[in-house]
Amino acid sequence: MAEAWTTAAAAAVGPGAPEASARPMRIALIGNPNSGKTSLFNQLTGLNQKVGNFPGVTVDRKSGWAQLTPARRAEIVDLPGTYSLYPKSLDERVITDLLYDPSSTSYPDFVVVTVDASNLRRSLLLFSQLADLGLPAILALNMTDVAARHGVHIDLGALEAELGVPVVPMNARSGSGVAALKIVMAERLAAPPVRFWQPDSAVHPLVQRLRSHFQLHSDYLALHYAQQAEYLAFLSAEDRAYVQGLVQEYAFDGTAQQASETIGRYARINEILLETVTVTRTEQREPVSNRIDRVLTHRVGGYLIFLAVLFLLFQAIFAWAQYPMDLIDQGIGALSGWLQNTLPPGPLTRLLTEGVLAGLGGVLIFIPQIALLFAFLAVLEETGYMARVTFLMDKLMRPFGLSGKSVVPLISGLACAVPAIMGARTIESWKDRMITIFVTPLMSCSARIPVYTVLVALVVPDERVGFFNLRGVVLMGLYLLGLLSALGSAWLLKVLLKARERSYFIMEFPVYKWPRWKNVGLTIYQKVQAFVWQAGQVIVAISVLLWGLASYGPGQRQEVAEAQARREAAVHRWTPAELGRQVASARLENSYAGSFGHALEPAIRPLGFDWKIGIALLTSFAAREVFVGTMSTIYSVGQDADMGTVQQKLRAEKGLDGQPFFTPARAFSLLVFYVFAMQCMSTLAVTYRETKSWRWPAAQLVYMTGLAYAASVFVWQIWGS
Amino acid sequence: MAAPSPVPTPRRTARDLRVGETGTICCLEDPVMALRLLDMGCVPGVTVRLSGRAPFGDPLMLVLGDEEYTLSLRGSEAATILLKD
Repeated sequence: MAEAWTTAAAAAVGPGAPEASARPMRIALIGNPNSGKTSLFNQLTGLNQKVGNFPGVTVDRKSGWAQLTPARRAEIVDLPGTYSLYPKSLDERVITDLLYDPSSTSYPDFVVVTVDASNLRRSLLLFSQLADLGLPAILALNMTDVAARHGVHIDLGALEAELGVPVVPMNARSGSGVAALKIVMAERLAAPPVRFWQPDSAVHPLVQRLRSHFQLHSDYLALHYAQQAEYLAFLSAEDRAYVQGLVQEYAFDGTAQQASETIGRYARINEILLETVTVTRTEQREPVSNRIDRVLTHRVGGYLIFLAVLFLLFQAIFAWAQYPMDLIDQGIGALSGWLQNTLPPGPLTRLLTEGVLAGLGGVLIFIPQIALLFAFLAVLEETGYMARVTFLMDKLMRPFGLSGKSVVPLISGLACAVPAIMGARTIESWKDRMITIFVTPLMSCSARIPVYTVLVALVVPDERVGFFNLRGVVLMGLYLLGLLSALGSAWLLKVLLKARERSYFIMEFPVYKWPRWKNVGLTIYQKVQAFVWQAGQVIVAISVLLWGLASYGPGQRQEVAEAQARREAAVHRWTPAELGRQVASARLENSYAGSFGHALEPAIRPLGFDWKIGIALLTSFAAREVFVGTMSTIYSVGQDADMGTVQQKLRAEKGLDGQPFFTPARAFSLLVFYVFAMQCMSTLAVTYRETKSWRWPAAQLVYMTGLAYAASVFVWQIWGS
Repeated sequence: MAAPSPVPTPRRTARDLRVGETGTICCLEDPVMALRLLDMGCVPGVTVRLSGRAPFGDPLMLVLGDEEYTLSLRGSEAATILLKD
């Protein structure tokens, strides 16, 4: 066995042993969820991390560099948390794809298995499977202090002898023991000599044929080829067909085989635990976590506490984030002004300031909200509270085709759909996750606030209805409309998407812990970086395009219109500032964007919109918050106008019949359009990134825009005409 | 033990536990669900205690073994865990 392993390893590295030692080691980190794997990864790599993707799947591939000894550096690959080598979710499949293909260039030299010492029985299941694969391994025995407090004493020497691999006690949270672990990791490890379980003799012929066909180094790996061939991404279609053929030939029953394997492993593990672990129960006290749970999942108190947490979250995202957002806004404005004054005037300077810099500002402005949101979510996740929220909400969400785990993205969506959609990754079931991603943008995000505020104040009188302000009630109605449409669309999708996958809820409740600020900080850093780089590129590109459309027009029409405006200025004795605004307005009307607005008018007339609103719809396609800015340009109120000025202008606007143009019906038609419409390039970009397919963002765009159109037509036809 | 009885006697499952009550896992009914439950430590012979229910009665909180760890699972999932009499 060991011999075969060495040959396979040598073949993988290729000829020339010196090269093999020069190549830095690659180490995979694997363990149960909540076993301290992520903390250990952060301890080993610090900021030397990068997040990429595993080939072909949406799962993040987190890897980093660790300096094991002064002379030895190693690449650490963080694998998703799992309970066994039989994957349950897409996330877990990356593990088998990595570990079952010894010829792959990213095959690890060995694995470090993190194990929760207070939960040794279940943790050793995964370890024993890895050992039977023939992978060299180190057991990182985490939380030995917690185990000791529970009266669990582990004889490390005996455990090492039973398992046949180095066992290193440590505490991933405090970092104690990590130095010792690094020293062990720097050594060249042999494959473990101990086998924990052998496949039933009935499957031996099948296993041997697979072993010789694929040149595999262990029986157990061959068995997993039989179990999982159809999911192993690296196998060719012929290879899969070959395995399928053998599976049928030998009438291999994967489910029964797996069940008897797991039970057999637990039997062996029980023997090992009898030899190595002594439990001295001091007194049967209920764990603190269970007592906390009685409060946090209480039928009344649980929801009240959850509401309080939500309130704090909104306070952070809407109130606290405002200060840094203003700073970024002013900073970009100042930089833009400085560039305009410093650089020679011309199209290139305007491209830089009004196109690139404006787009960049649109990206950077979201950083405070994203950072705060993820700080909150990371703390809730780290403490273990998030698992309880999903527990509280699961029953309420299920009629809509969502699960308890969809609650967090939906709530986050009220701030910004971009981080919310990224947060949907915790949802295991593919269907639940896609539904959640799809409906999250229907939650009214913070970018809709300026549009809502301007239009509501325009047509809704500032009156009291009982205790409530009428405008506040209308605003709340708009938010409710968003929530209801999200739930309704989720239900629709649930009916449309035939479940190819069973939805499971079973999960472990992590023990309550204080958050590790280092982990929280790294999460914020990674999320912000991912947003700036991936969504940022698209946003900047689109803003440059929109700038071009708004700045240039067909033929000489813009110049003609500008000259016309200047002639009028002489007649009406406009001030230079007034002239500037009229010129900008005239140029915009005759730009490509303006032509587009005119061309769009027949299509949006059933909604009660004219070409001016058409321009605003076009420019706010990339980001909704552009609406107010565009309206102020179209109605020539100047760049520096505040919302009150915009409202006055809108109120004064007269229709063809001489009546006020912005009637309540027209304003509400526009409002419901903004509730439903998909007008956010960042969201589409992040949906693409998360689903790895253009079909989902395309479907989102078509569905939401269609819904917006239909709702606006409904409002205008019923009320307006 | 002659002919199999036409009406199968309803077996007690983990869903039928009262809050605070403990039972011992006898077997797992649903073959696919069983694989998940086994991976997470729900092995025949292990004791389970229902430590609580979510406010609308579902999902459930099950404490496995000797206060080792808590699982949260839906009632439909807990119903596949049969208990010893």
